[in-house]
Amino acid sequence: MIPEPFEYHAPHSLAEATRLASELGEQAKLLAGGHSLLPMMKLRLAAPRHVIDLGHLQELRYIREAEEKIEIGALATHFQIESSALLNEKCPLLADTAREIGDPQVRNRGTLGGSLAHADPAGDWPAAMLALDAELQAVSAQGERWIAARDFFVGLMSTALAPGEILATIRVPTLPARSGDAYFKFRHPASGFAVVGAAVRVKLSEAGHIEQVAIGVTGVGAKAYRAADVERELVGKSPTARRLVEAAAHAADGVEPNADLFASAEYRHHLAAVYVRQALERALEKARA
Amino acid sequence: MSVKLLGERIKRKEDPRLIQGRGHYVDDLPLCNMLYLAFVRSPHAHAQIKSIQLEEARKMPGVGAIYTGKDLDGRLGLIPCAAGIEGLKIPDHPCLALGRVRYVGEPVAVVVANNRYQAADAAAKVEVDYNALPAVVDMDRAVAPSSPLVHESLGDNMAFVAKLEGGDWKAVEADASVKVLKQRLVNQRLAPLSMETRGVVASYSPGEDTLTVWSSTQIPHLLKTQLAVMTGTDEARVRVIAPEVGGAFGSKLNVYAEEGVACFVSRQFGQPVKWIESRRENLMATIHGRDQIDDLEIYYRPDGKVVGLKCRILADLGAYHQLLTPAIPTLTALMILGSYNIPAVFVETKGLFTNKMATDAYRGAGRPEATYIIERVMDLVALELKLDPVEIRLKNFPPPGKDIVLATGVSYDTDNYQKTLKKVLTLSSYKKLRREQARLRKKGKYLGIGLSTYVEICAMGPSSRMPAGGWESGTVRVEPTGKVTVLSGTSPHGQGEETSFAQIVAEELGVPYDDVTVYHGDTNQVPMGIGTFGSRTTAVGGTAIYLATQRIKRKMARLAAHKLGVKPGEMVFRDGKVEREDGSKSMKFAEVVGEAYFAKQLPSGVEPGLVENFVFEPPNYTYPFGAHVAVVEVDGETGEVSLRNYYAVDDCGRILNPMLVDGQIHGGLAQGIGQALWEEHVYDENGQLLTGTLMDCAVPKAHQLCWFETANTETRTPVNPLGVKGVGEAGTIGSTPAIVNAVIDALQPFGARHLDMPLKPEKVWRILKQGPAQAA
Repeated sequence: MIPEPFEYHAPHSLAEATRLASELGEQAKLLAGGHSLLPMMKLRLAAPRHVIDLGHLQELRYIREAEEKIEIGALATHFQIESSALLNEKCPLLADTAREIGDPQVRNRGTLGGSLAHADPAGDWPAAMLALDAELQAVSAQGERWIAARDFFVGLMSTALAPGEILATIRVPTLPARSGDAYFKFRHPASGFAVVGAAVRVKLSEAGHIEQVAIGVTGVGAKAYRAADVERELVGKSPTARRLVEAAAHAADGVEPNADLFASAEYRHHLAAVYVRQALERALEKARA
Repeated sequence: MSVKLLGERIKRKEDPRLIQGRGHYVDDLPLCNMLYLAFVRSPHAHAQIKSIQLEEARKMPGVGAIYTGKDLDGRLGLIPCAAGIEGLKIPDHPCLALGRVRYVGEPVAVVVANNRYQAADAAAKVEVDYNALPAVVDMDRAVAPSSPLVHESLGDNMAFVAKLEGGDWKAVEADASVKVLKQRLVNQRLAPLSMETRGVVASYSPGEDTLTVWSSTQIPHLLKTQLAVMTGTDEARVRVIAPEVGGAFGSKLNVYAEEGVACFVSRQFGQPVKWIESRRENLMATIHGRDQIDDLEIYYRPDGKVVGLKCRILADLGAYHQLLTPAIPTLTALMILGSYNIPAVFVETKGLFTNKMATDAYRGAGRPEATYIIERVMDLVALELKLDPVEIRLKNFPPPGKDIVLATGVSYDTDNYQKTLKKVLTLSSYKKLRREQARLRKKGKYLGIGLSTYVEICAMGPSSRMPAGGWESGTVRVEPTGKVTVLSGTSPHGQGEETSFAQIVAEELGVPYDDVTVYHGDTNQVPMGIGTFGSRTTAVGGTAIYLATQRIKRKMARLAAHKLGVKPGEMVFRDGKVEREDGSKSMKFAEVVGEAYFAKQLPSGVEPGLVENFVFEPPNYTYPFGAHVAVVEVDGETGEVSLRNYYAVDDCGRILNPMLVDGQIHGGLAQGIGQALWEEHVYDENGQLLTGTLMDCAVPKAHQLCWFETANTETRTPVNPLGVKGVGEAGTIGSTPAIVNAVIDALQPFGARHLDMPLKPEKVWRILKQGPAQAA
């Protein structure tokens, strides 16, 4: 459980960090909370020559309101998000998701940006990012760009971030009127990761029909995805119990579910439908309140 | 009267230092010139070692030496097995593999370096060229004549076959009303997973020619003897110290390769050597527990009386024997009848070699398997006959207090199973639970209620029936200042006997509890000992201390009586005084101690000083029992099982400290529930470990459990003068079948009869998916 030797860098500004990341390129790994990278290094499954520790970048630890949106620095911890009054009021899905992650020790150390950049197929955050149509800001020595959440998750543990780019900011819309959101998760008994996780944001029309719905699903496939078939079945419709069940049955359509020691593909498929429906029910309940 | 200590919730002496992080474990030892070890381990379940290239590794910084199996051959002894079973095959078990590797994680070479980082980096550079061989993984296949062999020289994969037969099978066969039920039960492999992994520091001093070993062990004295033999060191020059040990659950009741290698290397270098096990090593190369397949034939009458039980056990022993590996499944056979008077029994146990880590003692060690079998048997028959699980148990309990010899030949010290069952039914409001269950079923909600009425074998044990002595030693020394030192040959590692032993001695001597200090775990300090396992520490080790205290009291009474001019038999010990019952003649405790040490006016024939030793040889085992009720809820959509209530009534004999008993029960329940619902240590068909990290290996966590309602009955054992029976394993033994019985009970609307552990949601969901049973 001892990693291979590596060189350690501790930049004190984002500018310094991007310069280092650009210089060192693919030989370097970025270290945020360390909950994924360090175990992989200790098991010698990852052996980067350089580790750039972003822990000193206080400038990326904020949560703030910016017009109709909320911006979160990539190094905000899960606990910061869970306990943020702003998020609990204006984007409760993020606070609710944070609460479902690991245990207090993990939440005190682990970061939103670190988790997203790692893109674990069973991570919690990708589902929420997709459901919120979040925008993710990548910064490099050459400049910056914004990436839509649905373009960010490329595959198994791979993202749209290019070598040398650092995920700096996550921007999400606040919860509109007549809207509700929810994250429902089936925890793996050992890892606590999502066997299946479903994040939902739904907006009702004044007549009580579903005006908008966005569903992010994690844990099921190689990467988190939007349950587009379920959304299509629901938009513009009245959310009856039966319709929710029927729509949610499509939660894993077009996805090849993961199979492991704990849950087969068939069971994950089933869980996806159950958890998407439950998250929808809860989000609708909140939207009506 | 003195302050009452026995039976009270006295806070643990151990806790202030443990809670504040001031205890010292093996890894906390600071020694000068320490060398560090890293082991190169087999990535294959079964392979021939073609060659080992050390050149690159030797060039790495800080490397002092690298040894392979060939270097140690003939210079370091084999890993011992103490199990005595007729016809047992014991393959050679070298500390480093010789020519062949037989399980993933088997040590192949060891790197000695100046720090653990250098050791790990150099170990990664050792290149071993393997020729992979087919692995023996599945037990049903391991017994087939066509199976590959784990040890070719042994001819087959069968380490032993043992049979236990008793009772009147002719009567069973002659009874036309008897029906037969068959069932296969799988008791899955588990990882013991103590919080502190294994670790050892060996320090050989060439000048003094002494070898001191600090090891995270349950058996310092036994380890001392074995390491002396393995390393060829004069045993009088070996000292083993078990410092703070952060849990073991049986996994440190052993002699391991790494301990032998550390001693060997320290002797080579004349420097201290440290090895601390990583969690990954802990999961693959520390012994595992359980792993049996049990094929049952249950013979029962229509009235619910079980008249015969046949069980064919396949026990997965792994690739080599550790200290007690083959002995564990024989305990299953011995205890298979549990708390029931079943008149005929037949058990055939086949111990099998496979290409996996050895199994050995894990909390309960053979008895959880037995209890799981018999408690599932009761529920299976109850289900068949549509009887309440309570009814079938009452029908098969022996009448209390009748000294019955069971068909297995076992005779229990105490029994009153009706009493614990009755108490748990009251505690759990059992009838009310059944009514609630019926109500909920109508609403499509699935509540399950499970029972287990277990009996276990503890306080190990009579030396005639133990592999290496079952006695225990206790020493009590009253110091010249009147403070009391207690030395125990046991080796507690979390159980809390520093507290309970001090309670015994303080109450007996009438001195303050804080004046008594208990030491254990250092072979140079404690004259002799066996260790802590088999729920024996208080029942055997505590008794030794109690009896040594009686010797101290006799001597002090004689000294006081001599001084006061009264008879020794008149003296009582209370409130820091030694005095007559009526208080008319009295001496302070410290004054009597002064008499012993200053030795001015000793009665003739009395030696100066106050130190007494007692070695207690238990005349029998003890047989604690209990009754548990588990209440679970099954999610009708996902199959997820959640624990709603747990009620446990345990009879561990006399209770010295209820808080320690609660602690043992709570931890035991967590581990037993863990086996039923979540835990499994899994190898794939090639012998690769699939649950090699805590990301996959699902040990129970606090948030998955519920509030435990515990209570006790106290039936004192006649086996020792304290009347205590032992409680370390009870919770683990009793809880696993209670949970499984509860889940199967919840699934009755779906016609479920049996599911193998762990009861993962998907298995339960597959039952739900089949839909309601026709009969329901």
